[in-house]
Amino acid sequence: MLTPEGFQATWKYIDMFVNGLICTVSLSFFTVIFGFILALFLAVLRLSNWRPFKALGLDKNGHLRGEGIATTLSKFNPLSFLATCYVEVFRATPMLVQLFIIYYLVFSHISVPSFKLFGSIRFERFLPGVVALSLNSGAYLSEIIRSGIQSIDGGQTEAARSLGLTQAQNMRFIVLPQAIKNILPAIANEFVTIIKESSICYTIGVQEIMSAVTSIRGATYRIGEPLIVATLVYFCLTFPTSKIIAHFERKMSRGDKR
Amino acid sequence: MATNDKLIQVKDLKKYYRKGEIKALDGVTVDINRGDVMVVIGPSGSGKSTFLRSLNLLEIPTSGTILFEGVDITDNKVNLNLHRQKMGMVFQHFNLFPHKTIMENMILAPVEVKHVPKEEAKKKAMELLERVGLADRAETYPIQLSGGQKQRVAIVRALAMEPDVMLFDEPTSALDPEMVGEVLEVMKQLAKEGMTMVVVTHEMGFAREVGNRVLFMADGKLVEQGTPEEIFQNPQSPRLKDFLSKVL
Repeated sequence: MLTPEGFQATWKYIDMFVNGLICTVSLSFFTVIFGFILALFLAVLRLSNWRPFKALGLDKNGHLRGEGIATTLSKFNPLSFLATCYVEVFRATPMLVQLFIIYYLVFSHISVPSFKLFGSIRFERFLPGVVALSLNSGAYLSEIIRSGIQSIDGGQTEAARSLGLTQAQNMRFIVLPQAIKNILPAIANEFVTIIKESSICYTIGVQEIMSAVTSIRGATYRIGEPLIVATLVYFCLTFPTSKIIAHFERKMSRGDKR
Repeated sequence: MATNDKLIQVKDLKKYYRKGEIKALDGVTVDINRGDVMVVIGPSGSGKSTFLRSLNLLEIPTSGTILFEGVDITDNKVNLNLHRQKMGMVFQHFNLFPHKTIMENMILAPVEVKHVPKEEAKKKAMELLERVGLADRAETYPIQLSGGQKQRVAIVRALAMEPDVMLFDEPTSALDPEMVGEVLEVMKQLAKEGMTMVVVTHEMGFAREVGNRVLFMADGKLVEQGTPEEIFQNPQSPRLKDFLSKVL
């Protein structure tokens, strides 16, 4: 039952929501940065052309062999294979499991300095949260980046290569500028997702918005009112973000027509 | 204008897909001399485009060799980028870079690959654009041009690298009929200036008028070759006779 008294009781703990909001925003902010760096790295690995067994695919005269085990092995790219494994594992397992493994298994062996970030955030809980969220969103973002690169018409690469540009120059001058423009909306949507998913970090004691709800519940024995407030706070955070994204999307598609 | 100076020597070129189930190219041997305007004709699926795209290794042949200016470019140890610079290529779908202005399209490769100073590259690009009547469009983007204009830009973009040979992959097939003429005109001019050209096309008029050699391909094989007169007036093989009766 929602009552005015319940909201009054909740209002007394508004500081908790403010601190929770600061925590959620910083959690998302750092996740976006580290996740994106990781994603770029993964996408580059997946699209790399490092073939250590390349020589197996050539005959004595330096020409390509026909199909066979040697040819298959010559095309094997360990970097791409490892990056693909990473992405598939992180996309195929629940976020909560990943978070618990990072916090209870990995960080139990790592000593993290315990101090308060921005006055209220407990760093030793915050850091595992950022790490887990970044590892997870990195996997998703790398798929976005990879698909963006692959969405560019092959004719662009052919034209660039026929002009004598190297593969790296082709990426830098032709493919990436077009790909990034195409995937900006998808990246931005992933950022909105990160804001929402960061709520899961309350399970390891990060004091973000959802943890404010559970604390207030413990103090006031009310759950409905704090939940409504939390919902509003999340909405006010993500709705303008997605509106701003939509605005830029429109602006960019106008650029296509020039 | 044709010479006996062999620019490209293609030997027994094969391109198989699916372990030889599909033979896109089935042993093509041909020499292209400096100054040649070689026109490649044939029904669709005959391997014309695969042949042309193999010449600068956009398509990696299954076997055979391609000597370009005496160097076997199918050898994996060869630095392909060096040789591709000397082979200009024009595509059916233009493949201009949509995020760059016409001028940026023109100077990208000269500046980044050949390290020509930017101002010099711009001057050269302007001259080339003037030649095709598009100097006033230098600062616009490809999307603002018509198909014929795009293809003219694509041709001079390739010329900006000062190639030794120009490869044309059905340059007029994606154009509206009224724009075909303007592109063919540029190609004719180029041929007159002595540029070595290999042209895959369905424009029989162009083949007759501008080509000095015509190759007829079918089923991945080089079926017949000769001067335009020989091919069009006096075809020998039944495949060619059949083909000509359909297209002329």
